[in-house]
Amino acid sequence: MQLQQMYQEIILDHYKNPHHRGLRDPYEAEVHHVNPTCGDEVTVRVHLEGEGADAKVVDVSYDGQGCSISQASTSVLTDLVIGRTVGDAFGTLDVFVELMQGRGKIEPDEDVLEDAVAFAGVAKYPARVKCALLGWMAFKDAVARVVDGDGA
Amino acid sequence: MTTTAAPLDVAALKADFPILARTVREGKRLVYLDSGATSQRPRQVLDFERQYVETANAAVHRGAHQLAEEATDLYEDAREKIANFVGAGVDEIVFTKNATESINLVAYAFGNAAFSDDPAARRFVLGPGDEIVVTEMEHHANLLPWQQLAQRTGATLKWFSVTEEGRLDLSELDDVITPRTKVVAFTHQSNVLGTVNPVSVLVAKAQSVGALTVLDACQSVPHGPVDFRALGVDFAAFSGHKMLGPSGIGVLYGRFELLNAMPPFITGGSMIEQVFMDRSTFAPPPQRFEAGVPNTSQAIGLGAAVDYLRLLGMDRVAAHEHELTGAALAGLQEIPGVRIVGPTENVDRGSAVSFVVEGVHAHDAGQVLDSLGIEVRVGHHCAWPLHRKLDAAATVRATFYVYNDLADVQALLDGVRETQRFFGVNA
Repeated sequence: MQLQQMYQEIILDHYKNPHHRGLRDPYEAEVHHVNPTCGDEVTVRVHLEGEGADAKVVDVSYDGQGCSISQASTSVLTDLVIGRTVGDAFGTLDVFVELMQGRGKIEPDEDVLEDAVAFAGVAKYPARVKCALLGWMAFKDAVARVVDGDGA
Repeated sequence: MTTTAAPLDVAALKADFPILARTVREGKRLVYLDSGATSQRPRQVLDFERQYVETANAAVHRGAHQLAEEATDLYEDAREKIANFVGAGVDEIVFTKNATESINLVAYAFGNAAFSDDPAARRFVLGPGDEIVVTEMEHHANLLPWQQLAQRTGATLKWFSVTEEGRLDLSELDDVITPRTKVVAFTHQSNVLGTVNPVSVLVAKAQSVGALTVLDACQSVPHGPVDFRALGVDFAAFSGHKMLGPSGIGVLYGRFELLNAMPPFITGGSMIEQVFMDRSTFAPPPQRFEAGVPNTSQAIGLGAAVDYLRLLGMDRVAAHEHELTGAALAGLQEIPGVRIVGPTENVDRGSAVSFVVEGVHAHDAGQVLDSLGIEVRVGHHCAWPLHRKLDAAATVRATFYVYNDLADVQALLDGVRETQRFFGVNA
């Protein structure tokens, strides 16, 4: 059944027990993103140390409300980027975006994406791709604001 | 709702809708419960439109050749059918792209009135101190045009709030509609709650202070008998694609006296009387509001949809939907953990049934239903302020129409139970 392909156990686990949830200090930028078609929203804060692509993502904290896909994917994001450099994090982000826009035809790389491979099934449902990308795009935006110097 | 006529023969009329024969999601029977967003089209509409395009296609209200004559006649026939269908004069029906454009047409024409040199247009001018009234249950299409008009003119936007049950709070009637009110815009039937608003109460109050009324009739005209003159509204809007007709065609109804005094919204070809390099005069309505070559085959198709609905009988359509709505309301209330957003009593209520499955986001519930072939709408249904007010981030909405039956309602109820099982709530 296709439904199980989409709602992998990993996704439901992250939905029910999200990682790194809650808004924390300190942070250099905070952004609020919404999905205007369904009203889902997420607030993301990033705390970076260092400069440019070599800056370290020390913390990503978030709060929001939305469907299991958007909430779980934000939880997975935090696992993947906290402790990495901005360059590495954006590399992972690019791979995840490519997977999500691949209409389910891309074989995900588990070494890079870890738990995020579970979202491969979501890519078959174009209406849900935005859900999966909500937190990731907010993270990208928040980091860009720090790097560009106009955070919170 | 009572009727003496025989009920709709749904099994027979389903055969008119080719799309209902297809399957979805690995061979599931299509249970289409999203007619509130857009309805399906019967063969009769498709055939009529195709026949026009194959035999008489031409630019209407322009050429003098035979095809142009025939096309213009068919286009105007459609206008007449639609006018008769909603209790309007033929010159009171303006074709637009959709109801959203119809409402924007009125709002922009009011805005343009400030720049008109025609004294008749002064009655539409708004400014600081004037008030525009809407309701908290409006679709964005009947909120944003007024919100933006208020911003452009300095007028104040006010609104009726919605009760917990999903009805307009009319205890505020005299506070909301005052002698400063110039426009009262409201929906006939909420696209989320199903609530049918008391048009006569609002119209009487608006008239008593000299305000104009604008009715969003998108969810009423397709689903029961509607007579704009009897309702007494000044303007009304609806869309073809929600009433078995094509997309790309909408209707604005306006009392002729008002349309005749109103400046245009969109200007250009075929809406003119005389054109000079530095100034122009405009055609009488409805042409004044139909600049450019219109969506002709869509208008003609909408005329065919009206023929089809007339044949079914709008009393019977309303009675049929009332039965399905009652079954859905009763069935959903029997499921623990389901909250209906909107009136639970099947009185003054149409067939939009929105609900929340506690513990499951609407998007996720919709996904499970979709996997079973049940197509519902999920989200805020273009009524974000209403959802905020009723403390629902998003809802699942089922809407019923002529081709739905009790088996579809049962499929929905079974699907909601399956949703709860899948996500492990109330299992």
